[in-house]
Amino acid sequence: MVNERVMEKLGILADAAKYDVSCSSALSNRKNKDKGLGDAKGYGICHSYTEDGRCVSLLKILLTNHCIFDCAYCVSRKSNDIKRAAFTVDEVVDLTIGFYRRNYIEGLFLSSGIFDNADYTMQRLVRIAKKLRLEQNFNGYIHLKAIPGASDELLKEAGMYADRLSVNVEMPTEQSLKLLAPDKNHKDVIQPMEYLKNEIVGYKEEKKLNYKAPLFAPAGQSTQMVIGATKENDLEILGMADYFYQKMNMKRVYYSGYVPISNDNRLPAIGTPVPIIRENRLYQADWLIRYYGFNVNEIVGLNQPNLDLDIDPKLGWALRNLHQFPVDINTADIELIKRIPGIGYLGAQKIVAARKFKKLVPHDLQKFGIAYSRSQYFLAFATPFQMQKDLTSIQIKDKILNIQKSKYKNDFSNQLALF
Amino acid sequence: MILVIYDGTYEGWLTAVFEIYEYKLEDTVFSKNGACDALLFSSNHVVITDFKKANRVLNGLKQRLSADGFSSFHKAFLSEVNHIEQTMFQFAQYIFSTTKNVEEDFSNAAVWDIRKATRLTGKEAHRMEAFVRFKLTKDQLYYAIIEPECDVLHLIENHFKNRYADQRWLIYDAKRKYGVYYDLENLSTVELEFNQGPVSSKFLTEICDEQEEFFQNLWKRYFSSVNIESRKNMKLHIQHMPKRYWRNLIEKIPPINKK
Repeated sequence: MVNERVMEKLGILADAAKYDVSCSSALSNRKNKDKGLGDAKGYGICHSYTEDGRCVSLLKILLTNHCIFDCAYCVSRKSNDIKRAAFTVDEVVDLTIGFYRRNYIEGLFLSSGIFDNADYTMQRLVRIAKKLRLEQNFNGYIHLKAIPGASDELLKEAGMYADRLSVNVEMPTEQSLKLLAPDKNHKDVIQPMEYLKNEIVGYKEEKKLNYKAPLFAPAGQSTQMVIGATKENDLEILGMADYFYQKMNMKRVYYSGYVPISNDNRLPAIGTPVPIIRENRLYQADWLIRYYGFNVNEIVGLNQPNLDLDIDPKLGWALRNLHQFPVDINTADIELIKRIPGIGYLGAQKIVAARKFKKLVPHDLQKFGIAYSRSQYFLAFATPFQMQKDLTSIQIKDKILNIQKSKYKNDFSNQLALF
Repeated sequence: MILVIYDGTYEGWLTAVFEIYEYKLEDTVFSKNGACDALLFSSNHVVITDFKKANRVLNGLKQRLSADGFSSFHKAFLSEVNHIEQTMFQFAQYIFSTTKNVEEDFSNAAVWDIRKATRLTGKEAHRMEAFVRFKLTKDQLYYAIIEPECDVLHLIENHFKNRYADQRWLIYDAKRKYGVYYDLENLSTVELEFNQGPVSSKFLTEICDEQEEFFQNLWKRYFSSVNIESRKNMKLHIQHMPKRYWRNLIEKIPPINKK
């Protein structure tokens, strides 16, 4: 059973794990088995929210923060003078079950510093997942970190128990990884991703033929890149993300704005603001690529390698492509409507459903909760045809910025200028 | 104007709709158990819930709505939004006035307001799936108190039944004074008075499992440890977790007074 000492460990090992931003518990659909404990819904549940506004869905901890590596961007790096701790296998199991039964969490997200070697570490993570599944009949969500360099056999075993696996690429390019994480090898990061991709696809095929086939990481794999620690531009970052989505079948790529935690002169100094806006713009771009049918080249390009900080990437694209507007919302295809700034995925669906009953007018859009103040410059209505004054991109941008109030207005600078 | 008084249940309201058509009542206003200033109205019509009549209306709706639209309609009722029965009646009139399915005619005011109410209920149900915090008692019952804005307990009971199949639990709606109890086999609705005074440390040790307070403290420690101070954003925090829920969320309740 868990005891008092666990309180201190939990403090240390939750604190060390919090820079991993993934907290998704969705997409698994694991069912409750034999009246055991738990299930994993197709949609995730955020059980709480921290004061920084992030979702708390999983018990996210490190097994230990002892680490043989010395990656500059990481709080748990070998050379950092911090308190170290390690959970036992049973402690993690008891904590997970105790939290889960009280409906605090959807499951466990377990990562670890690398102690001894990759296989040894991975073995421990797998043992915990195995114990939860087989001994506790736990059907909640489990996200395991795949330790770079761990053997294929161990990764395979991990996939049998976990809902999601992730290998963090951390640095967007190989050069940056070399600079900041000299012990890590780019190949060691890509290789397990590739292995997992093939296994996930293979098991999925098998499941189609035989519904009794075992699950293998049913919620797929994800990865994370640290943003703003090194000098990569958004073109490189989104290009890398696109590669992960296309080639590795990633379910998610996470962007983690670098929180300065070190006086290392290779990194932004302590006190440098976290690049929150840039991170937000990257997520917006990521969504455009995954759900709105945009190609990465439409959002960033060689002549425009970084996303605008003051306007969102869809508006940025629209202003560069005014010749594609106005779009008539009463007749246009839903794919075109989704490209109108201010109209989201759900908004487009509402429009397409409602226009079957009557011709829509601006008032209808306002009622649907669509950001009409932004979208009006890109819309045409059939009758009476509303003439849009010919505004230039710059005029439209000014008009829209005037009605927006961002509390981050002062931060619309490129945070990399701080070296 | 006619005040149509029903017992506050969904079936009662459906019966009322049936009788409005049956007796060709015009200019009607609904009232739960007469909770309305009756003097303003020229006459009253008291509805006695009749499941046959209620089912006739339900069947009519079923024929004209999609499966989704049909269950949404009930959710709108559960939203308990002011005058929602009035809107639902307008919606029903619109539905019955035509043979085609009009549930997505969003520029119609009643259709839109029903959608809004439905989504409010759905959001509240999802929130309760998230914000239930079970406490374990000495006799191994997991219990939780909730005070949702909408009457969602019956919408979420199966979620909890499927998930916590191997533990006895009770979720109590302190606003509506009823609970759902799961005994490892079946769900049952229970009506009881639940003492909801401030939770003292003594109370916890008296009725709760010996590990309960420790787990609550672990959860609080975890909650504060995962916060990143340099990214603090209270506006977003409160938007996701409005203050009205805090008194039932262990991590947001100030530390227990030890005596």
